[in-house]
Amino acid sequence: MMCFINWHVIQPVILTDMKTFLTFVKKEFYHIFRDRWTMIILLILPIMLMLLFGFMMSTEVKNVRFAIYDPSRDVATHAIADKMKLNEYFIFTGYLDSPEQIDEIFRKGEASLVMVFNNRFYDNMVHTGDAQIQLIADGSDPNTASTFTLYASNIVASYQQDLMGDMKIPYNIQPELKLLYNPTLKGTYSFVPGVMGMILMLVCAMMTSVSIAREKEFGTMEVLLVSPMKPIQIILSKVVPYFFLSVINLTTMLLLSVYVLDVPVTGSLSLLISISLIFILVSLALGLLISSMVDKQMIALLISGMVLMLPVTMLSGMMFPIENMPWILQIIANIIPATWYIIAVKKIMIQGLDFFSVFNEFLILSTMAVVMIGVSIQRFKYRLE
Amino acid sequence: MVSLEVERGEIFGIIGPDGAGKTTLFRILTTLILADNGTVEIEGKDVVKEYKEIRKEIGYMPGRFSLYQDLTVEENLNIFAKVFNTSIEENYSLIEDIYKQIEPFKNRRAGQLSGGMKQKLALSCALIHKPTVLFLDEPTTGVDPVSRKELWEMLKRLKEQNITILVSTPFMDEASMCDRIALMEHGRFLQVDTPEHITGQFSHDLWAIRSDNMSVLLSDLRAMRSVRTCFAFGESHHVTFRNNVSDIVNLEKLLKSKGHSSVLIEQTKASVEDCFMDLTYKF
Amino acid sequence: MESIGKTGIFNSEIVISADKLTKKFGQFTAVNEISFEVRKGEIFGFLGANGAGKTTAMRMLTGLSHPTSGSGYVAGFDIYTESEQIKKNIGYMSQKFALYDDLKVWENIRFYAGIYGVPNKEIEPRTEALLNKLGFEKERNSLVKSLPLGWKQKLAFSVAIFHEPKIVFLDEPTSGVDPLSRRNFWEMIYDAADRGITVFVTTHYMDEAEYCNRISVMVDGKIEALDTPDNLKTQFNSSNMNDVFYKLARNSTRNSD
Repeated sequence: MMCFINWHVIQPVILTDMKTFLTFVKKEFYHIFRDRWTMIILLILPIMLMLLFGFMMSTEVKNVRFAIYDPSRDVATHAIADKMKLNEYFIFTGYLDSPEQIDEIFRKGEASLVMVFNNRFYDNMVHTGDAQIQLIADGSDPNTASTFTLYASNIVASYQQDLMGDMKIPYNIQPELKLLYNPTLKGTYSFVPGVMGMILMLVCAMMTSVSIAREKEFGTMEVLLVSPMKPIQIILSKVVPYFFLSVINLTTMLLLSVYVLDVPVTGSLSLLISISLIFILVSLALGLLISSMVDKQMIALLISGMVLMLPVTMLSGMMFPIENMPWILQIIANIIPATWYIIAVKKIMIQGLDFFSVFNEFLILSTMAVVMIGVSIQRFKYRLE
Repeated sequence: MVSLEVERGEIFGIIGPDGAGKTTLFRILTTLILADNGTVEIEGKDVVKEYKEIRKEIGYMPGRFSLYQDLTVEENLNIFAKVFNTSIEENYSLIEDIYKQIEPFKNRRAGQLSGGMKQKLALSCALIHKPTVLFLDEPTTGVDPVSRKELWEMLKRLKEQNITILVSTPFMDEASMCDRIALMEHGRFLQVDTPEHITGQFSHDLWAIRSDNMSVLLSDLRAMRSVRTCFAFGESHHVTFRNNVSDIVNLEKLLKSKGHSSVLIEQTKASVEDCFMDLTYKF
Repeated sequence: MESIGKTGIFNSEIVISADKLTKKFGQFTAVNEISFEVRKGEIFGFLGANGAGKTTAMRMLTGLSHPTSGSGYVAGFDIYTESEQIKKNIGYMSQKFALYDDLKVWENIRFYAGIYGVPNKEIEPRTEALLNKLGFEKERNSLVKSLPLGWKQKLAFSVAIFHEPKIVFLDEPTSGVDPLSRRNFWEMIYDAADRGITVFVTTHYMDEAEYCNRISVMVDGKIEALDTPDNLKTQFNSSNMNDVFYKLARNSTRNSD
């Protein structure tokens, strides 16, 4: 049939039917504000998720109990041990007498990290430059284990840095790349972009598709279709309110991140906002696409919930690193818009990189936005079948 | 396959049970779905090619009172006014009559209205842009008899404003409210005519028979060879006879001999429902 | 009309009794002191405008909702304390949720028979008998959604009385059905009543009200009229039930459900 994406149609719609349009946007807000659960999902859930993830991460890595096996017992090992003991994240449980005890202490759950120095640690360090510390972690919870192992190795690295300052000896130290961008050891960092991606996707895709499906279910869509209102108007009036809400959510999440979770925006704020707006557009288009396929609220909810949210949380790199996935999942991960968004936010917000470093992500997300908005407008049915 | 022509200012009823195809027909007429075959013109415009023009001129009230349940009466009306680029004030005179009855509840949410009030609000919404043709799909389903009667009175008054009204209903007794009707079943029109012509063409003499034991009377009558059809019809059974001229005196005697008392037999005029059943009954 | 089927109805045992039955929702009195009795084998028409309180009253009688005050007995059981017993002794059918569309005909029968505790070894032969009687032998394995509406209704009614309840509650059982099916359906109702099953039915078709032994008309939560169709027509000087209903309900002040 005929297609409506042409500027001659869109322009007069925007200019002359502003009043109709605003009424519709207002109506959409009524729908949102009059349903307590919609309200909660839209405005409270983002805050809750941010805080939940934020605080969960910071309590998880706190109070890590550790033991030391130190056959050397020299200046250097004591200095490192003291640094560890002073750190707020670690609690010292005691020295071990033999390496055999390591297994035992893990099994009893008395400690989840053991620091093992080699013999004559200080001598080796000064003379051969080959002093070794082994960090053995209880891997039953690999996520936390890898986090606090990183913390511990960072403490060791900071000791090495102290030494370097004192002795003016150019040690060849290779700091952990990830820690470089996470100097205060906040686990929250890696979660902020993920939660942002998830929330924006949830609000945009789920709410748009559900609200259109609701109109179909209650029969109001029939009346709208049998009216001079153009499909593009109906679509826009659905999209705009959720666009605004997403902007509000974006603002709350950034404020929370900076002022409550102490995760600053290292890079350019305007860059971060631009990419977020593009991502919001992509998500809205996805919602429209879903709504063009279904006519029941329930199904819209299931599709956007299960088919969309699940891969976003599982495959976008928010929880598991994409590099470790089987190739087929990596391909899927690359199709998911949230993957690119999360990467971009990490780069801008945490690593403080500039536009050229996120050019790829910008390009991919913009292409996705254009294609999906086009497809969903094209697919929008102005008849009932 | 159906064919119909509706004149301006006419109330045209499409009458048939659920599943007859009324809603599908209405959706084709209102440009919502495409017919596999055939053409439809509304006000001289083709429903396929000129659907945008048609959508500006028609009013449509779908079967399940499509209203925003969480918006108030006034907000609903306002929305639908805006959809058609008009305002409540502009065409208030047209809906005044109907809207006045629900105006006291204008701040109540549509979801909390009774069936009758929803019906009035939906009708107001469908009328707010002063359509030339009004399509009402089963406006009286799920609505009590009082509201049904009120609706038909409203439609009569709209007709006076020269609005063409197409209305569908499963209630056969509402046929008499229409200028012309189409009896519809299984996607086909059984007959299209004025209700008077349809009932006037009823093929047989129709008798209303009652006694003090109606359920036994039903089976007794059906067992008689001379009886062509016999259906319960409210307070009496409606009966047609094979040879058309029947010996009523004998029939009364026969029924009394079977133990019926207070037997009453009188000739009656066929209703649209009688006609519908006669057209659909498989002998 | 008071003697449809049998003359002895008005002397048979009382199976439903309501005495000043009332249901309030906050300030709103949905059902206001309704009192009536229904006897065994009677077809009792329960009419009322939208929002008059019919549904609320039906819910109280079927044990789904507790009355605010007043008393009621259904099949000899107290609606306050013995709702479990009541549910075993009644059948219920509404147009909307009577059968599972995505189950086969026999599966629906089997399911409802199971719910109402029909003994396993009886289910098979009685299903057979029922399908025979309805002429549905060929449709045994059809999905219910593939049946014409009129057939569905017949099946739904048969299923509702499959466990031979004392009373069957029918909530607008014939809405939207074609006239022939509607009559077939009422013939089934007569049949059930003749077997001694009490039929408590709501309808929006006023001609169907004439098929009832007695009719009550609810307006604004109260029963405004209760009598045989003939007596009501005489009382309100009307030629048909439609007119009686209109005269009673047009002054309703209640506007919401």
